Amino acid sequence: MTEKTDNVLSVRDLRTEFRGDRGHVRVLEDISFDVGRGKIVGLVGESGSGKSMTALSLMGLVPKPRGQVTATRMDLDGTDLTRLSQDGLRQLRGRDISMVFQEPMTSLNPVRKVWEQVGEPLAVHQGMKRRAIRARVLEMFEMVGIPDPKARLDAYPHQLSGGLRQRAMIAMGLICEPKLLIADEPTTALDVTTQAQILRLMLDLRDRVGTSIIMITHDLGIIAEMCDEVNVMYAGQIVEQANVFDLFERPSHPYTRGLLASIPKATEKRLSRRMPSIPGMVPNLAKLPGGCRFRPRCGDAMPICMQKDPGLADLGNGHGARCWLHLPHDAHPQGETA
Amino acid sequence: MTVSPDLNVDTVEEIQEASLLRDTMRAFARNRMALLGLVFVALLVFLAIFAPIVSPHDPYRMALDEQFLPPSTTYWLGTDNFGRDVLTRIIYGARISLVVGIVPSLISLIIGTFMGVLSGYIGGKVDFVIMRLADMMIAFPSLLLAMVVMYTLGANLFNIFVALALVGWAGVARVVRSQTLALKEKEFIEAAHANGASRVTIMFRHIFPNVVPTLIVLFSLSIPDAIMWESSLSFLGVGVQPPEASWGLLVSRGKEYLFQAPVVAIAPGVAILLTVLAFNFVGDGLRDALDPSMKD
Repeated sequence: MTEKTDNVLSVRDLRTEFRGDRGHVRVLEDISFDVGRGKIVGLVGESGSGKSMTALSLMGLVPKPRGQVTATRMDLDGTDLTRLSQDGLRQLRGRDISMVFQEPMTSLNPVRKVWEQVGEPLAVHQGMKRRAIRARVLEMFEMVGIPDPKARLDAYPHQLSGGLRQRAMIAMGLICEPKLLIADEPTTALDVTTQAQILRLMLDLRDRVGTSIIMITHDLGIIAEMCDEVNVMYAGQIVEQANVFDLFERPSHPYTRGLLASIPKATEKRLSRRMPSIPGMVPNLAKLPGGCRFRPRCGDAMPICMQKDPGLADLGNGHGARCWLHLPHDAHPQGETA
Repeated sequence: MTVSPDLNVDTVEEIQEASLLRDTMRAFARNRMALLGLVFVALLVFLAIFAPIVSPHDPYRMALDEQFLPPSTTYWLGTDNFGRDVLTRIIYGARISLVVGIVPSLISLIIGTFMGVLSGYIGGKVDFVIMRLADMMIAFPSLLLAMVVMYTLGANLFNIFVALALVGWAGVARVVRSQTLALKEKEFIEAAHANGASRVTIMFRHIFPNVVPTLIVLFSLSIPDAIMWESSLSFLGVGVQPPEASWGLLVSRGKEYLFQAPVVAIAPGVAILLTVLAFNFVGDGLRDALDPSMKD
C-alpha cells in the first residue's frame, strides 16, 4: 500500500503472541493496514481469525505479561503507540481511540447509572465536574438518537433495550470525540431492525463528527454497506486487502471468494440446494500448517503453497491478496509486501 | 423496555440528578418487614442513648431482700440474683451490645473490603500475601486470638473492637475477593479499561458498587455474630466486667438461675434474638433497595 499522509492510523507488521506453558501462540502476524481520516475500515473474518485481537492490540488491552504486542509501526495520528508506556496508552484510551463492544447487555455496569458510565471518559481524561458531564451526556444522548434523553440519564442499564444500550455505548465511545472508534461487532447481538438503525447511526455520526471507524464484523453485508476499505482476516493474518468495490468485484484470495460464495442469495431459484461453504475448519493457531495458512482448505492449492507464505501480492490500487495465484511461482519474496 | 415513573424528569428541574439516596429510601419504605426492623432498631438506639431517663430503676442498686422477684408492675421483668431490675439491666446492656455489634463489624467490613478488592483485582503477589494473612487469621482459633488480645491489652470496650475486627476482616476479605475475581472478567470492566479508567477508578467506581449488596448482607449477619462474640468474651471474663451489663453477660449469668427465675436469662436472650432479626430484616431490605434491578 502507498503511504498516505492523511491516515489516522497506520499499522505495519503488527504481531501479537501469547506465551503459555507450552510455547508461544502467535495470534496475529504481519498485520499492516491504514485507516484514512473519516474512513470506515472493515476487519472481516471468522471467529478466531484475529479481528478482536487486532482491536485489543491497538488499544493496548492485550493482557501483559503473557501477551506481547510488537510492530514496526503503529501510528495514531502522529502518536507512536509502540513507544507509549502503559499509562500513556491508558490516557489515550477513551480520548483518542475508543471502542464499542459486541454485547451491549453486559458492557454496561449494572449498578451504575447510564449517564455516569457514558460520561466516564470525560471524568477520566478531562476532569470535568459532574454537572458539566451530565449536560454533555445529554447532548450525546440526543446526538445518538436516544428518545426522551433527559429521562434516560438516570436510568440503569437494565431499564434500556439492547438497541438503546448500544446507542449509549456509542455515545460513550464518541464523547471525547476520538480520532478512531473501534466497533467490535456492534450489531451482532441486536435484532435486524435495530442493526440497521445502529449502522445508519454510525454512518451518520462518522459524517458529523469525522471520527474514523474500524468496523469489526463477520457479516459481509455490513462491510458492503458501511466500509470504504476492507481487510479480510484468516488465522491471524490479513489475507486480502482492498477497497470495498474491488473486494466485491474482484475478490482475489480463494478464502474471500469462498466467503462471498457462501452468502445465500435471495434470487436463488432452487432454495433446496445446499448453501455453498468452505470445507474444513479454521486451523488451531498453535498448530498452523506451514506455508500458506489457508492451503488445507483451498481448492486452488499448489505445491508452492506448502512451502512458503506468499505475503501480500500487490494487485494495484491498494489491492493485495496473500496468495500464490497472483505471484510468479518461483518467486521467493523475502520482505513483506506491506 | 420501561422507564420507572420515578424517572419522570419533567417534574424536576431541567437536568437535576435523581438522588440515589431518595431512590433507595423509596424502595426501602415499600418493604414492610425492613421498615419494622428499622423501627425496632431505632427504638433500641433511642432506649440505649436515653437509658438513664427511660429505665425504671438503677441498674446497679442491689437489694438482696428482693432476689428473683417474678415480673410485677414495679419490676416488669422481675429481678435477678442481686435483686436488680432485669428490664433496667437489659436497657443498659443494649448500650454495650449495640456498640459492640455495630462498630467492630463496620471496622472488619471496611478492612476486609479494601483487602478483598485489592487482592482480587491486583492479583499476583499482593493477592498471595493478603490471602495468606487471611488464612492465618481464619486458621487460628479466633476465640483464643481474641482472648490473647484482651489479656495483653486489657479488658475494655476499645480492645473488644480491636479483637473482633482482627478476627472478622479475613472472612469479609475472602468473600469480597471471590466476587472481585468474577467481576473483573466482566465485559463492563473491559469497557472501563477501554475508556482509559485507571486501576484505582476501576476498583472503587466499578467493582466496589457491585460488591455493596453482599457487604450489606455480611454486615447484617455479622452484627449478631459480634454480639455473641462479646458475650463469649464476657462469659470468659475477658470482656465486659460485672457489674456492667451486656446482653451476653446477662444471659451467661442468668443461666445459673434458669430454674429459679427463667426470665433473668430468657429476657436478654429474647432481646438478642429480636435485635438480630431486626438487623437481618433491615439488611435484606437495604440490599433489595440498593439493587437497581429491583426498583421497578
